[in-house]
Amino acid sequence: MTFDDIVAKPGQWLQGEGPHGKIVVSSRIRFARNLKDRPFPGWAKKAERLQILGEISDHVAAIPAMQIGFNAPLQDLTQLQKQILVERHLVSREHASKSAGSAVVVSGDQQLSIMINEEDHLRMQSLLPGLQLREAYKINNEADLFLEDRLPYAFHPELGYLTACPTNVGTGLRASAMVHLPGLVLAEQVNQIVNSVGKIGLAVRGLYGEGTEALGNLFQVSNQTTLGEAEEEIIDRLVKVIEQVIEHEQNSRHMLLERRANMLLDQIGRAYGILAHARSIASKEALNLLSIMKLGADLGIFPESAQLAVDELFMTTQPAHLQLGVKQEKLNPEERDTLRADLVRAKLKEIPAPDLAKVTPAGNGNGKKK
Amino acid sequence: MLCDVCQKTDATVYLTQIVEGTMQKVNLCEACAKEKGVSDPTGFAMADLLLGLGATQQIERGQSSQKCPVCGFTQADFKKTGRLGCSACYDTFADGLANLLKGMHKGLKHTGKMPAKLSRRYAMADRVKSLEGELKKAVKDEKYEDAARLRDELQKLEHELQA
Repeated sequence: MTFDDIVAKPGQWLQGEGPHGKIVVSSRIRFARNLKDRPFPGWAKKAERLQILGEISDHVAAIPAMQIGFNAPLQDLTQLQKQILVERHLVSREHASKSAGSAVVVSGDQQLSIMINEEDHLRMQSLLPGLQLREAYKINNEADLFLEDRLPYAFHPELGYLTACPTNVGTGLRASAMVHLPGLVLAEQVNQIVNSVGKIGLAVRGLYGEGTEALGNLFQVSNQTTLGEAEEEIIDRLVKVIEQVIEHEQNSRHMLLERRANMLLDQIGRAYGILAHARSIASKEALNLLSIMKLGADLGIFPESAQLAVDELFMTTQPAHLQLGVKQEKLNPEERDTLRADLVRAKLKEIPAPDLAKVTPAGNGNGKKK
Repeated sequence: MLCDVCQKTDATVYLTQIVEGTMQKVNLCEACAKEKGVSDPTGFAMADLLLGLGATQQIERGQSSQKCPVCGFTQADFKKTGRLGCSACYDTFADGLANLLKGMHKGLKHTGKMPAKLSRRYAMADRVKSLEGELKKAVKDEKYEDAARLRDELQKLEHELQA
């Protein structure tokens, strides 16, 4: 598989909706693994990194899920290609900045990606749409079982899997879900939720732009600790909390529809208006307005097809994806903003203006057509 | 407000995370945010960055001159990077790390999965231990036939363990 094959189709996590897909955008599982008694990538000299990569890469390529896949040493990728992989969540930004001695292997369906010589010798991660942490864990675990037979993992009877950073030692597991919480943000209740989730040893993070609202109303909920609890316990705890967050978000949406329908429609109408007519738009603004559009689609204010169109825009309006679409050398930020606005306007032609009649307490957001 | 990472440029990206009821705020400048990958809200970079900031403190106990015999890593290197040199560093700096890990994690003992190869090995090692006990007892009780059988079994197991 070539890079172009990967780019040609969006990852499976973007196609079709997973369980609770209206609120949980994606689920991710990551394992950190290392080889015994070999210097971690950050401490190894270049020759050692190259040697370790050589020892690992054939085995990674032999993983059944990777039989149809994309496999490249990082020095063979252009800056733009690396950036695309970052925007697709297939490699970390840190990994994208690496060169000779590191590699990335991605499965054809883009559910599994393995970074070799990132911070640890192996970082394997799986990504699924909606709330599917247990399913993502299974995908990762299969790859892990395949590799543990073939590679001498650094494993300590007390401390478990040994990692470059002590914060990952033990299971080496980071489980996270990206949740979209526009209802809680609009109802000004999100801080309460974030606080209470934080109290039970999980972490919630939002990315804050200027002001206080989270970018795109997106929050990441993940486990905080990796030692002292088994993988299943970590994931079960996380799933329980996310289910509660989903419930709170649903309640907020109902409450807004019942008591503050006018404010809600105002927000959605404005988002549609700006996106449908803007001639230049920065990525932060686009992300925030697309989030409100997504809420409108969830509530049935836009037709069902809007769902996919909006999700697609979340990805295609990112800088590297914009650059990929044009032949021109390197777009400057102004040119990017113009191009982004063009793209959004064109896509919004497919979506009719928001339908006021559907925002009533009775129309409770199931998206039913009249 | 200056960037927490470079301490040079004004911070424009503000991260907040709440763990166990404690809020932690990190302020970054545009360049550092980009470099650390925190502008990708779905990535793990944010988690790693925020957790990593706590890890750069010195491994408290042990001598600062200590050097990992496998990779040559020292405590000073850990202070600089917040990362260890190799898996053997966990033994080299075990005393200091125990303190650090206590504050970081739920417990100090891994209870999750382990490589199947190792778990077979650990099971065999356990069996060796218990056979040794039985053998001692058999000899003490002058049950020499049992002792001979146990000795044979032990030799076989030890042979397998070495393979």
